[in-house]
Amino acid sequence: MQPSNLAIFWACVIALSILIYVILDGFDLGVGILFGLTRDRDHRSAMLDSIAPFWDGNETWLVIIGASLFAAFPVVYAVFLGAFYIPVLLLLFGLIFRGIAFEFRGRTVRFQWLWDWGFSIGSTVVAFVQGAAIGAMMRGIPVANGQFAGNAFDWVHPFPILTGIGLVLGYALLGAGWIVFKSEGPLREWTYARIPWLALGVFVVLGVAFAVAMTVDVGAISQGIMPERRWGLVFPVIGVAALLWVIGGVRTRRDGVPFAMTTVFFMASYLTLGVIFWPFMVPYSVTIASAAAPDASLGFIFWGGVIVLPMILVYTLGVYRVFKGKAQRGYR
Amino acid sequence: MELDPVFLSRIQFGFVISFHIIFPAFTIGLGAWLTTLEGVRLLTGNAIYRRVFDFWIKIFALSFGMGVVTGIVMAFQFGTNWGVLSEKTGAIQGPLLGYESFTAFMLEASFFGVMLLGRNRVSPRFYFFACCMVSLGTMFSSFWILVNNSWMQVPTGHEIVNGKIIPADWWAITTGEVLRVRWPHMLLAAFLTTGMCVAATGAWYTLRGIHRAEARVMLNWGLAFVALVIPIQLFFGHLTGEYVLKYQPAKFAAIEARWKTEQPAAETLIAIPDSKAEKNLFAISVPKLGSLIASGNWTAREVGLEEFPPEDRPPVLIPFFGFRIMAGMGFLMLAISWLGNLLRWRGKLETARWFLWGTFLAFPSGFIAILTGWYTAEVGRQPWVVYGLLRTKDAVTPSLTSGDVLFSLSGYILVYAVFIAFGTYYIYKLLRAGPVGPATAIPNATPSRPLAFADDAATATGSQVPVKN
Repeated sequence: MQPSNLAIFWACVIALSILIYVILDGFDLGVGILFGLTRDRDHRSAMLDSIAPFWDGNETWLVIIGASLFAAFPVVYAVFLGAFYIPVLLLLFGLIFRGIAFEFRGRTVRFQWLWDWGFSIGSTVVAFVQGAAIGAMMRGIPVANGQFAGNAFDWVHPFPILTGIGLVLGYALLGAGWIVFKSEGPLREWTYARIPWLALGVFVVLGVAFAVAMTVDVGAISQGIMPERRWGLVFPVIGVAALLWVIGGVRTRRDGVPFAMTTVFFMASYLTLGVIFWPFMVPYSVTIASAAAPDASLGFIFWGGVIVLPMILVYTLGVYRVFKGKAQRGYR
Repeated sequence: MELDPVFLSRIQFGFVISFHIIFPAFTIGLGAWLTTLEGVRLLTGNAIYRRVFDFWIKIFALSFGMGVVTGIVMAFQFGTNWGVLSEKTGAIQGPLLGYESFTAFMLEASFFGVMLLGRNRVSPRFYFFACCMVSLGTMFSSFWILVNNSWMQVPTGHEIVNGKIIPADWWAITTGEVLRVRWPHMLLAAFLTTGMCVAATGAWYTLRGIHRAEARVMLNWGLAFVALVIPIQLFFGHLTGEYVLKYQPAKFAAIEARWKTEQPAAETLIAIPDSKAEKNLFAISVPKLGSLIASGNWTAREVGLEEFPPEDRPPVLIPFFGFRIMAGMGFLMLAISWLGNLLRWRGKLETARWFLWGTFLAFPSGFIAILTGWYTAEVGRQPWVVYGLLRTKDAVTPSLTSGDVLFSLSGYILVYAVFIAFGTYYIYKLLRAGPVGPATAIPNATPSRPLAFADDAATATGSQVPVKN
C-alpha cells in the first residue's frame, strides 16, 4: 500500500518538527542538565540567561508534534502514548516542573533551592525518557488491533535505559555547545572544560548502543534492515566525524563550532534511526500508509498546517534574531 | 463502581480538564475585557482606563500561561488513556483539536506578543487592533474545543468505515445546530466569569479603601456587563436544554431526576436522588412545572429514565446537582448584578459594605457555574463517550492497568497541587496589590513565556540575581 501525498506531507511535517524540537528543546534541556552540575550562583544565572527568551517557545514544537500526530496519524498517536504511558507522564511532569522552576526561582529566596532542583531534575528526566522511548522503539512496539499490546513497563529494559542515558549526555553536550556560543567569561571556560568529556560520553554510550543494536537481539529488525541498506552506515560515520569536530572546536575556542557540530551529530543520529525505521511509523508494525487518517481529514487540517507552521517557523527565527549574540543580563 | 482503568481514567480526565478549563475561560473573558478597556481609552482618552488595563494584562498573561501549561497535558490525555477513542475517532477529533492547538500557537506567535510587549513600539490604534485580534483568537480557540465536544455530544457529518468513524461532511461537523447553541453558551459563561471577577476585585479594593478610582471602573463595568449579559446567557441556557431534550432525552431525564415517565410532569426542585431505589428522597416538587420547562405547556408527557435500558442510563446524582448549582450561580449573578446597578443608580454602591462583601465573595461564581455545567454535560452523556457511537468503557487504552492509572492520577494530583498553588498564589498576589504604577518591561520575556509576568520585572528569571538573606 502506497501512502497518499497528503500522508507523505504530514509525515514530513512531523519528521521535521521532531528534528526541530530535538535540537531546540535539546539545548535548553541540556542547559538544565548542566545546571545541576554547578553550585556557582553566577554560573547558574548566566546559564538561565542564555536560554531565557527561547526555552518556552522551543517546547511549542512538542505540542505541534502531538497535535499533528493525532490529526494525521491517530493510530500512531494512540499506540505511542499507550506504549509510553509512564515515560510520557514523566515527560509532562518534568516539563511542568522545569517550566515553573524557571519562572518562579527568582521570586523566592527561601525556596530557591527547591526550584533549582526542580529545574535540573526536571530537565534530566525529560531527556532520559525521550532517549528511553527511542530505545524502546528500536526494540519494536507490539501492536494488536490498532492498539499497543504490551504493558506500561515494557520500556524498562537495559537497552532503553542505555539510550536514555545517551540522550541525557547528548542533550548536555548540545546545551554545553549553546552555553559557549551564548556566554562569556568564567562560565564559558567552565563549559569548555567539560565538552570533551561529554563528547566522549556520548560516543561511548551511543556507540555501545549502536553496536548492540546491530549485533545483539534487541532489534531483530534493525539487524535485518541495516545490512540491506548499507549506504545508511554513512550517517553514523558522519556522526562520529561531527563529534571529533566538536573537540576540534574546543581546542581552537571557536564558540560556534561545538553547538553546530553537535547539531550535525543529532541530525546524523536522526537519519540513522530513519534508515532503521523506514517505512514504519510504529516500529516494526505500523507503516505510514496504514497509519494515516483518511484524506478527508488530512486535507481538512492541511490548510491549518500550511498557514500556521510557516508562521511559527518565522516567529521562532524572529525570536532568535532579536536575541542574537552573546546573552546579556536582561537583554531587550 | 470499582477502581478499574476506565473509572480511574475518567477521574483523571475530569481532574486535569477541570484545572485546565478555568484558565482558558478566564483568559477569554480577560481578552475581551482588556479590548474593551483599550477601546474605551482610545475613545475617551481617559488615563484611568490605561491604569486598569496595565493591571489586568498581568493577570491575563499569567492566566494564559497557566492555560498553556495545563493545555500541554490535555494534548496527550486522549492518546495515553483513551487510545481506542483516539484510534476510532481520530480522523475527526484529531484535526479539530489540531486546529485548536494551531489557533493558540498562531495567536502566541503574532498579536499576543504585540499586546504583551509592544505597547511602546506600535501606534495606539494598531495596539487596539492587536487586542481585538488576541480576543478573537481566544474565542476562536474555544470554537474548536466546542466543535469537538459538540460532535461527541451529538455526532453528525460522519460515516463508519471498517469500524472507524471518519469525516463525511466537515461543514456539518463545524456548523451543526448543537454547536451554534453551545459555543455562545460557553463564550458567555467565560465573559460572565471574568465580569464577576472584575466586579469582585473592585469590591475588594473599595472595602479596603484603596485604588478608589480604579475600583470604581471595575465595579461599574463589571456589574453593568453582568447585568446586561446574564439574561442572554439564561436564554442560551434554555436553548441548550432544548437540544438535550431533543437529542439526549436520557440526559434530560437524569438532570431532572425523573425516574418515571409522567404526564403532566412535575418539576423536582431539590431532592436527594436514590439511584438504587430509582426514586427521589426528600423531594420538593411543583406539579406540572416540569412539562412547562421542557415542552412549554402544562400538559406534555415527559419521559423518565425507566424508558431507557439500564446500560444506557447516565448517572443521576452529578447531572442533577451539577445543573442546579450551575443555574443557581446564574441566578446569583443576576441578583448581584441587578441589585448592584440599582444601588449604583441610588448612589449607594460604594458605601453598601454588605453588598460589596457579597460581590467580593461571589468571585468564584462563574468558575463554579462553568465546572458544574461541564460536569452536567459530560456525565450526562454517559455511558457514551461519543453519544450513540462509542461507549466510554470501550474507549480506554486496552494495555492500561488500574495500577498504571492510579500512579498517573496520584502524580497529576501532586504536581498540579504544587503548580496550581503557586500559580494561584501569584495571581492572588497581583490582585491583592492592585494597580500600582505603570507596567514595567520584563527583560528576556517573549510571548511564549507569559509566566514571566508573574511579578515585577526585578524578580524575573534572566534579569536580576535575587538577593540572598
